Amino acid sequence: MAGLWGTVLPAFGHLPAAGLTGPSLDPFRALFGWVGLPRAVMLSVGTGVLATVMSLAIVMLVTAGWSGTRVFGVLERLLSPLLAVPHAAAAFGLAFLIAPSGWLARLTSPGLTGWDRPPDLLIVQDSWGLAMTAGLIVKEVPFLLLITLAALGQADAQRSVRVAQALGYGRLTGWLKTVFPRVYAQIRPPVYVVLAYAMSVVDVAVILGPNTPPSLSVQIVKLMAHPDLSYRLEAAAGAVLQLLLVIGALLVWRLGEGAVAALGRRWITAGARGKADPAVAGLALVAGAVSALAVFLGLVVLGVWSVAGFWGFPDALPDRITMANWLRFGPGTLQALGETALIAVVAALVALVLTIGCLEAEYRHKLRVSQRAVWVLYIPLLVPQTAFLPGLQTLMLTLGADVGRVPVMLVHLVFVLPYVFLSLADPFRAWDARMGVIAAALRASPDRILWRVRLPMLLRPVLTAFAVGLAVSVGQYLATLLIGGGRVATLTTEAVALASGGDRRAIGVYGLMQTGAALVPFALALLIPALVWRNRKGLRHG
Amino acid sequence: MDKGLSLRDVTVFKDRSPLIRVDHDVAPGDVVTIMGPSGVGKSTLLAFITGTLPGDFTATGTVWLDGHDITYAAAHQRRVGILFQDDLLFPHLSVGANLAFGLRPGGSRSDRQTRIDAALAEVGLDGFAPRDPATLSGGQKARVALMRMLLSEPCALLLDEPFARLDAALRAQVRDMVFDRARSRALPVLMVTHDAEDAQAAGGVIITLGNETGR
Repeated sequence: MAGLWGTVLPAFGHLPAAGLTGPSLDPFRALFGWVGLPRAVMLSVGTGVLATVMSLAIVMLVTAGWSGTRVFGVLERLLSPLLAVPHAAAAFGLAFLIAPSGWLARLTSPGLTGWDRPPDLLIVQDSWGLAMTAGLIVKEVPFLLLITLAALGQADAQRSVRVAQALGYGRLTGWLKTVFPRVYAQIRPPVYVVLAYAMSVVDVAVILGPNTPPSLSVQIVKLMAHPDLSYRLEAAAGAVLQLLLVIGALLVWRLGEGAVAALGRRWITAGARGKADPAVAGLALVAGAVSALAVFLGLVVLGVWSVAGFWGFPDALPDRITMANWLRFGPGTLQALGETALIAVVAALVALVLTIGCLEAEYRHKLRVSQRAVWVLYIPLLVPQTAFLPGLQTLMLTLGADVGRVPVMLVHLVFVLPYVFLSLADPFRAWDARMGVIAAALRASPDRILWRVRLPMLLRPVLTAFAVGLAVSVGQYLATLLIGGGRVATLTTEAVALASGGDRRAIGVYGLMQTGAALVPFALALLIPALVWRNRKGLRHG
Repeated sequence: MDKGLSLRDVTVFKDRSPLIRVDHDVAPGDVVTIMGPSGVGKSTLLAFITGTLPGDFTATGTVWLDGHDITYAAAHQRRVGILFQDDLLFPHLSVGANLAFGLRPGGSRSDRQTRIDAALAEVGLDGFAPRDPATLSGGQKARVALMRMLLSEPCALLLDEPFARLDAALRAQVRDMVFDRARSRALPVLMVTHDAEDAQAAGGVIITLGNETGR
């Protein structure tokens, strides 16, 4: 909130640090005077909405057509770990895959394409922002899928679909007509988060998005980085515009929900049984698989580049494998890794303690959590980062507070906390409360019950929530960049900074390190409980 | 001072409408059974006595145990033991550690170990201490759950449909064991069940609740 205030004030020309006092509309005049603005706004809105619609459609159709089948199980297992892959690493991987000189072109050249030099096509950073949209889709599909799976459990989906099938409906049509309305009501907050995020994303836009003009959020960050402080006024005006755009898009989306619901009711009343189901389901599965494969192959190609010696164009693989890149960039990545890990561990640990404290208080005092309270959790995720982070930074400058590591940790906490809470809340509440009754009857105090019974039994979800927190913190780009004042160098800021240089070997090394920093904790969160409780059958599926 | 468990005009409410009303004394060594169909609030009554009433229920009246008013005591200080139809052994602890969790603190390590081993031997489970509770049979789990509760030295025992999950042959055996142990320790026992056979076997007063208690 303070961040938003810090954005609004300079937007109207009030920035004492730069010797300017408002109010004035000059910042907005400057912003609207920028010839790239209409294009930048179009990009932000277009890519954001398209990415959200596409990823939601893929996830819904795949779930509708395949949930409960073995194929779905495989896809689910493929997509789950991808949730942890940082946006920047996924975007780099995708870029290295689909660029004119990327791996796909290399694999098919010159055999299929006849190219012996990279074609002169603008695929990555295309002016329509299609590559950027694709980059967002491949990252949002796993997110929405896991959210959907969580919602499915409460929707009694299996039986509804069986009833629909008994009435002659195809699996997909039956699911859309009976289960989708219930599931969508559950996943609505995260869908809004995806929309707000996709419209204001910075790191993916820097890597895959166009440069002239860039999307609005990238332009804001560029203005913020200008050495002349007065440019921050224009940046703040841009941030206000960004916020209004996101609010507008969310409102339009809300209206769209009503329209879709009306059309859906008509479709349900019409009673069509879904002849095209197999084709649509097949298409959706292909889309889901392509999206998963894109990230996987992207990570593989990052790996190949990180050990590549000379790699001439149409060759499918580099001439020789070398550790030279790792030796050259390794020390730098280790330093960044240390910084990343320190910030992530502190932020995730604080978030975990706060979350457990909240949930335990809710349990002990028998509080009921309303749907409204859930929305409060989502607020930090719904307000575009570009809208309040610049303001927060400006505010800190005005107050004379120092930028650096501790403020970065605090701001990371703002983003980490909701995810940690959302990850832990369901398993924590699902714990059999009779265990607590028994333990209390055995004369164990509430604290003893928490430490000796509840948390050990919930070891896996607790560690998973911690890993989620770490991954969110590792992936933070804008917060680290702006609040760190450019002095806090994490793997993510370093990797994104390499984007303009185009040194693929360095990017490969940094991208892999970044992915590892986010993925290894997840692996540990699976491995540690399995080892600790290896002799406890009752906890194996818990 | 009166020994035993006394419920003085206890009424449990759900959303302000009375659900169940009980005014009764349970003497040490006696078993009082409350019978009634599911949904009349039998389990909720027990939750009130253990101090773990769920948030959407309220209750009036007082609960006395061995002459002390425990109505407002913290759940872990009431010394009221309870057994459910599920064994609810802590899945992360071995059988021995489950019993140790129940055993009152104090005593040397070897002393505690001896008491745990003795408790296991008492119910024919010698040498089960290092076992994973998930590998035990239903009857074995029920016996461990009983001994765990008794090791915590409660002053009263509540039974919430305790034998519902056991098959017929085991049922009588476990039931006798529970009642014998409770009697030999002179514990007042309050059982809720909808099974007539369990109520008969208890051999004590039976309070039958019908749906008319809603009024």
